This record gives sequence, C-alpha cells and structure tokens, in this order.
Amino acid sequence: MPQNADKVLDHQPLFLEPEYKEMLARKALGENLPSAEETAKVGEWTKSWDYREKNLARTALTVNPAKACQPLGAVFVAAGFEKTLSFVHGSQGCVAYYRSHLSRHFKEPSSIVSSSMTEDAAVFGGLQNMIDGLSNAYTLYNPKMIAVSTTCMAEVIGDDLQSFIRGAKEKKSVPEDFNVPYAHTPAFVGSHTTGYDNMLKGILDNFWKGKTATPGTAINIIPGFDGFAVGNNRELKRILDEMGVEYTILSDVSDQFDTPSDGEFRMFDGGTTLDATEAAINAKATLSLQEYCTQKTLEYAETFGQKTASLHYPLGIGGTDDLLTTISELSGKPIPDSLEKERGRLIDAMADSQAWLHGKTYAIYGDPDFVYGMARFILETGGEPRHCLATNGSKVWADQMRELFASSPFGAQCQAWAGKDLWHLRSILHTEPVDLLIGSSYGKYLERDCNVPLIRLTFPIFDRHHHHRFPVWGYQGGLRVLVTILDKILDVLDLKTNEPGETDYSFDLVR
Amino acid sequence: MSLDEEVPFQNDGELHQKLIAEVLAAYPDKSRKRRQKHLSVAKALDTPEAEAEGLMTECDVKSNIKSIPGVMTVRGCAYAGSKGVVWGPVKDMVHISHGPVGCGQYSWSQRRNYYIGKTGVDTFVTMQFTTDFQEKDIVFGGDKKLEKTIDEIGELFPLAKGISIQSECPIGLIGDDIEAVSRKKHKETGTTIVPVRCEGFRGVSQSLGHHIANDAIRDWVFDKKDVEHEAGPYDVNVIGDYNIGGDAWSSRILLEEIGLKVVGNWSGDATLAEIEKAPKAKLNLIHCYRSMNYICRHMEEKYGMPWLEYNFFGPTQIAMGLRKIAAHFDETIQANAEKVIAKYQVLVDAIIAKYKPRLKGKTVMLYVGGLRPRHVVNAYNDLGMEIAGTGYEFAHGDDYQRTGHYVKDGTLIYDDATSFELEKFIEGIRPDLVGSGVKEKYPVQKMGIPFRQMHSWDYSGPYHGYDGFAIFARDMDLAINNPVWGLFKAPWKKAA
Repeated sequence: MPQNADKVLDHQPLFLEPEYKEMLARKALGENLPSAEETAKVGEWTKSWDYREKNLARTALTVNPAKACQPLGAVFVAAGFEKTLSFVHGSQGCVAYYRSHLSRHFKEPSSIVSSSMTEDAAVFGGLQNMIDGLSNAYTLYNPKMIAVSTTCMAEVIGDDLQSFIRGAKEKKSVPEDFNVPYAHTPAFVGSHTTGYDNMLKGILDNFWKGKTATPGTAINIIPGFDGFAVGNNRELKRILDEMGVEYTILSDVSDQFDTPSDGEFRMFDGGTTLDATEAAINAKATLSLQEYCTQKTLEYAETFGQKTASLHYPLGIGGTDDLLTTISELSGKPIPDSLEKERGRLIDAMADSQAWLHGKTYAIYGDPDFVYGMARFILETGGEPRHCLATNGSKVWADQMRELFASSPFGAQCQAWAGKDLWHLRSILHTEPVDLLIGSSYGKYLERDCNVPLIRLTFPIFDRHHHHRFPVWGYQGGLRVLVTILDKILDVLDLKTNEPGETDYSFDLVR
Repeated sequence: MSLDEEVPFQNDGELHQKLIAEVLAAYPDKSRKRRQKHLSVAKALDTPEAEAEGLMTECDVKSNIKSIPGVMTVRGCAYAGSKGVVWGPVKDMVHISHGPVGCGQYSWSQRRNYYIGKTGVDTFVTMQFTTDFQEKDIVFGGDKKLEKTIDEIGELFPLAKGISIQSECPIGLIGDDIEAVSRKKHKETGTTIVPVRCEGFRGVSQSLGHHIANDAIRDWVFDKKDVEHEAGPYDVNVIGDYNIGGDAWSSRILLEEIGLKVVGNWSGDATLAEIEKAPKAKLNLIHCYRSMNYICRHMEEKYGMPWLEYNFFGPTQIAMGLRKIAAHFDETIQANAEKVIAKYQVLVDAIIAKYKPRLKGKTVMLYVGGLRPRHVVNAYNDLGMEIAGTGYEFAHGDDYQRTGHYVKDGTLIYDDATSFELEKFIEGIRPDLVGSGVKEKYPVQKMGIPFRQMHSWDYSGPYHGYDGFAIFARDMDLAINNPVWGLFKAPWKKAA
C-alpha cells in the first residue's frame, strides 16, 4: 500500500510509488498518444533552427504570452486610492479572474465587483446592470469612490459609461456628488499596462476636469503597474522622505495589498487619499516611473501646465541615479549624502561579487519598462542581457532597448524582441542559449524545457511567496536584486558540484 | 455515528436564521427580494419517504439564477466552465482561447489538472494558446485569423490530436462563424476540431459552460471516427474527475483493484481517444454530477449506457461507492470490493486514530463549486468534524436536493453567496475551518479563521480515494492546528 498514516505522502512522492507507476503505465496503453520515438523526434525538432524559423513566422497564433488584458491594470491602479472599489462593467467571469490573479500573486484579498451582464444585457445594453450594480456596491461595501472600467463584452456592444453613470446617478444609485470615475478598457487594445494608464487618467479627470491648476511645490509620482509595488512604493516613499520632497503617489497600492493579520479583514486599507488626488492638479510636475503605463496620463497632466518626465522602472545604479536626479530637478531638493552612501554600498557589493557576474548571459521578459530597467542593471554588472522580450512591447520600445544595448560593450550581442511570446522565447533559448532567465512564474516552463535557471523578479509570481514585499527599486532594492541573482548562480553551481567523487572537487566552501 | 459521540451535534439553526435576516437587511429593497430566495437553513425531514430515500434534510433555496450586479458574486463564466473545467484538461488537444488575451492568461495552469506527457510536444494542458484579438479582429471579424491559427498549430504542434475553440465574449457578439471554420479545416486536415460556444456572457455562471462543453463532445466528437476498441465486460468510464492534484489517479487505482477497467477518464489526464471510445464501455461512473451529467444522460439515451453517481471523499463514502459500483457487476467484482475495503480499513483506522482526536467537534463552513459542497461532508464527519454551513457557486435544484442526503438539520445554506454575505456568516458563526476558493482565502484568514482552498486543494491533494483521504486529514489538521492562529493578538492588547 503506497499511503501511510504515520508519514503521509503528498502527490509528489505518492505517484512515484510502484503501484501508481504500474497503473499509469497501464493507462498509457489506452491513451493513443504518439510513440515515445515519435515524441522524442518531434521534441528534438522543436529545439532546432528550422522550428525557430517557423515559430517566429507565426502571424495569427499566440502561445504563452507575457501580458494580460486592460481591465487588470485598471483594477490594479484603482486599488491604490483610498477606499476605492473597482466596478467592472460587463461579464462577471472576468472579475473572478482578475481577483484570483491578483490574490495568487499578492497572497492577499482582492475585492472587485462586476455588473454581471448576461445575454439579455448583450441585446439591450447594460444600463440596468449599471443602475442596480452601483446601488448595491455602494450600499453593501460603503466605498468612498467606485472606479468603473469595462470588459470586452461591454466594449463590443458599445455601452457608454459616461451616460450610464449619469443615468445611474439620476436613479439615485449613488449620491450625485459621489465619485464614480470611469475608463473604457477594451481587452482587445493594448494590455494591462494600457488599462492602468486609461483608468488613472479617468480617475484624475474625475477630480481635475474643468479646473485650473495653481502650481505649487509638490510633485506627483506614478509608480505604474508593478507586482512589487508593496516593497517598491514603500522604498520610494522612504527615498522621497529622505530627500524632503513634497509628493503625492498617484495610486499607492502598498497597504491595500499588504494588510495585517490581526483578526480584522480590511476590505480597504491605505491608498492615495481623494483629497490628495484632487490637490495633485496643483503639482508642479508629474513623474512616471514606467513610461509605458502612463503615456495618456502624462499628456493629460501636461494640459494643466505640469512638467512631466518618465523613467523605465528605476532599478540598479543608473536607473536609481536617474530617479534621484529627476526628482531633484523637478522638486529642487538636493540628493542627500545618506542616499549617496547607499549608492556606494550597492556599488561596493557589486564590486565584491563582480567575478561571479561578469560575462553571464541572460534572457529577460516582462513589461517593457521592467525589461528595460532590468537589462540596464545587468549591463552594469558586466552581464549580457542577450534576449529582452516584451509581449506588450512596441517598435519604439525595441528601439529604446537597442539604444541601451549600444551604450555598453556588454550589449553588443543583445536583441530586443517586441510583441513576441514565451513560446518564441523557447525557440530562441534552444538555439541561442543563455545562462539565466529573469521573469515571472510563467517562465518555469522555459526553465524546465530549456534547462535555464529562472529568477523570479516580476509579476506574476504564483509559485514563490512574498518576494513582492521587498523592494527592487532604489539602491537598496538593487542590493536585493543583486543578492537574488548571485544566490541563483551559486546555488546552481553547488548543485552541479555536489556529487562526491565525481564533481565535488569544486564544491568550494568559500566562493 | 461512532459510539464515542455521546452528544449528537446540533447546528444552531436559530442563529443561522438570524444571520440571514441580518445580511438581508443590508441590501437595497430590490436586491434583498432577490437574495432572500437563495439563503435558508436546512430543515430536518423525518417522513418515512425521506428516510427510505436516505434524505436527512431539505435545503430549500432557489438556484441557477442570474447574479445581482455589484454585489461581488464569486461566480465565473461559461468560458471558465468549458475551457477551465471540461475541455482544458484533455491533454493531447490544443485548446484555443479564442478572443482577447485575458481569459486564457488568467486561467493558464490554474486548476492543477495533473497529466503525464511531454508538454509542448504531445500534450498541451499547461500552455496558453490564444488568438489574442486586436481591434481589427473585432471590427472585421476573426474567422480568417482563426483559420490561420489552426494552420499554425498544425505546423508547430504536429502531434496534437485535435483542437478545441473556446469562444470568449466577443465571438458571439461580432457574428463570427467558428462552426464553418471548424468544418472547413476538418475537411482540409482530417483533424478533430471542436467549436465551443462558451462565450462568457452566456448563462448565469460556469454551469452553462459545462453544458455547452458536454454538447460539443456529443456533436463534434462522438461517432465521427471508426473507433477501434475491444470492449470488455468490466469497462467503465470515470466522468467528471479532473485529476486535480491527482484525484483521478487515486480513484482509478481502487477501481482497477476491484477488477474494473477504466476506458476513459474525463477529463483529467484524458486523451481524445479516451473520449472517443467512451460509448463502448459498460457503465459511466460520474463524480462531478454538475459538470458532466449531460453527457451521461446523452450516452444513456443514445447508447443505452447506464450511469451511476459515486463519491470517493472519505472512507464512509468510498466504501459505499465501491459497493454500489460493484453491485453493477458480478460476484467476483463484489467480492473484490469487499477485499479492497477491508484492505484499506487498516489505513483508514490509522488515519482516524491519528487525526480524529485533533479534529473532533471542529466546525466547518464550505462554499465551493460543482460537487464538493456536499461530497466532502462525510469525509469531514469521518474525522469527527461537523458542517455548520454549505453552499454552491453555480448549483441547480437537483444539487440542493442531493445535499439533503448529507447535511444535518440547522445547517446554513447559501446559493451564489456574495462576499458580503460570506464575511457576515463566517463572522457570526466563527467556524473552526472554512473551505472555499482563492478569492475567499485571504479575507477569511485575516479574520483569524483557518482556511483550505477546496477547488485547488490548496496546492495539495489528491483528496479522492483512500490515499487521498490521508492527505485530506493531514491538511485539515495542519490548517486548524497551526500555531499562527494563536499569534494574532499582540500581548499588550490582551491586557487591555
């Protein structure tokens, strides 16, 4: 009998017991799968240049993309405002998906409502769903703001949010002066980063529309869609406080996605206050930390006379240097010695470890700004980010990547892959292998298929816990990224050298 | 009921009625009227008719009705029911999420349907195939793109045995003819191509997606090929076991042990061939009634195949199930069933001796999908635990009727519960354990109440069969008896 009450076997060892192996072998006889030889032959072919060429020539099929759809970004950015409930107009299954997706990454609650449109609403439109839905959401959950976005169903049938919300207010679903910002977020345009941009612009428009700015001394900072927001936003605020800058983070999800366990479930926690959001019109500048999450929002901010600037995920030395100098320029505050010391400490660590990092080759995938920031840091360590891939990256992004590569001798053999997916990357890694892969949990299939160690440093991370609670931004964050990469390199080396009498001559105690 | 239970457990039906009244009071009028039909307390049935049928209680709620907008229903959609549940696990087919990128992305590798195969070469379950619709596909239609997609799959995944097209919302709204594309491509290539009209706006939950997916098997798979299969007297199909964490394997091992031959397992670890030859078996054994009863009824009607519901959660139900299944066959099988039950009794006794003292008297609230709100009840009872409340995301009336076989008088019953209701009910009852999904896990845990995900087995499992029961018992113990629940209150707060 395979199972045992004293030492209960989980699925992993259980199915390796002889009874199960025999059973699965019997099952295989009736499955009509291809022969082992045929599978092996085709499997080898999928690693070839021939396969790569066919794979890269795809024009219709997408396989294992590294992007999600607009509303995910919309509900993410809305979660960073005080007591704000996202209301997604359209089919309800989408909302179940966003909630699960965010909960699986953050290991936190994710509260979002849907207008639950069904077939009749597809025919007659979803106005009644909006009227009832806003009333229910407002009454049951007592939010301070309801941020409305759309699923593709509502977009295809052409529901007009502005007039629907007006209609719902006329029917007293919510008080006339209650904040109901909105954004159309069709899933068939852009990706989750586009949705972030659209919803943020919608929220700002709700507070700023028709007003005139009186430029003050504060600056607005937009973090962008970021799975590491919990750690990153807190690090960002520490840096800003260290500099003595007056600031408003436009959408700060760091508390919402990191509530304590003390016996109380907080549906809402932290976030940018509505007052601060309204007052943010008077900022002298708005700085985006991720260009591709904020293009429309920055244009909008400019119409109020604000200066704007955008960065690419401020990670590593140059990335953080840019962050500090830009903030300093925009705010007029000098960069304090304390931060310069942190810079020195990160460089000290990089210098101590440079021998392990120099010449290592990488593939990096994720959102465009993350890939840029990460690749830039790898170049600083003497590594080569050979393959940089963003499924939601544009031609302009690819050009920016090429400029980055050209800025370093370590970029000579590096390529940018815009609009490609992780099945393309599989072919690329089989034909032009690298030492390490940096990305999300989805990369574990590449780790297995291409035998390349995966370092999880971007959203979503489902199969490792709590990484997002620690920052990757700033010099302190850079230290953490450095250690994560080094640990992987050295763990892999230990695993490759741990066979006594075979490989353990290089199983060194000091590395 | 074992002898050591001197005082039988009694649910606090009065408290449960009060909680229902309290949550309903919070709704606007129109929604209150609609929600009150979905909430109730199980009432004891002590008529001779009920006793003859094994019915303990009546769970009188309305179900399978549209969710109310804006209340935070936990439900998903028809696509989730078809791609996520029924079709997705069929391992040697490519399942295209047809439409924009999101649906396929969020459901990618999320149900732990275990399978054996070389992923990307001869099997494809943990991959995300999508047509990734762009604006031009919405405006001009996506049929051409679908055709090209099917061609590209043929070129890059030549060992795929078939393709299913899982429609996302826009497909049905823009007037695409995926059936015509399927016919055309099937004619060209000979490959099985299954169009599934599971657009997310159809129906009121995952449930219609299950039904549509079942119908697609009937219409696009059955009787399309000459199936070679030498039928044997002990051939059975297992229907509605998705092999989550290996459930179907820890069930199959028992069925084989009593002498049956499992021809097809639907749809966890299934191949297209297993589905095609299913009508040649003698009996359909159905575990998840909700998601696959439709195809069983069809096979009964068309091929004269009987079907039988069974439950492989916990030793009481497993033994009942094995006997019930064996009764359909000859004395050899029946004798084997008794031998298997006796053999595993040693394991069962050891599990219960170890875990029951740690779990006895603990109360549980469940809120899950297809079959589990009732099917796992006796597994908890086997460990001395009691069910205070249970409910389904997307059940129909026949599910609640069947629930009466499992739950006791006074059990709180909630259909399509909203997050608001669940929180209030859990707060009011303060059970020792909640079993629900990932969206419910973290709010409940923050309230200081132990939790297990009962869709994904919280990344554990299998829970089916005797081998699975050991894991189930261990998991419930580790959830309830972990020291973290005692750390919530800061010591300086205790003094206050």
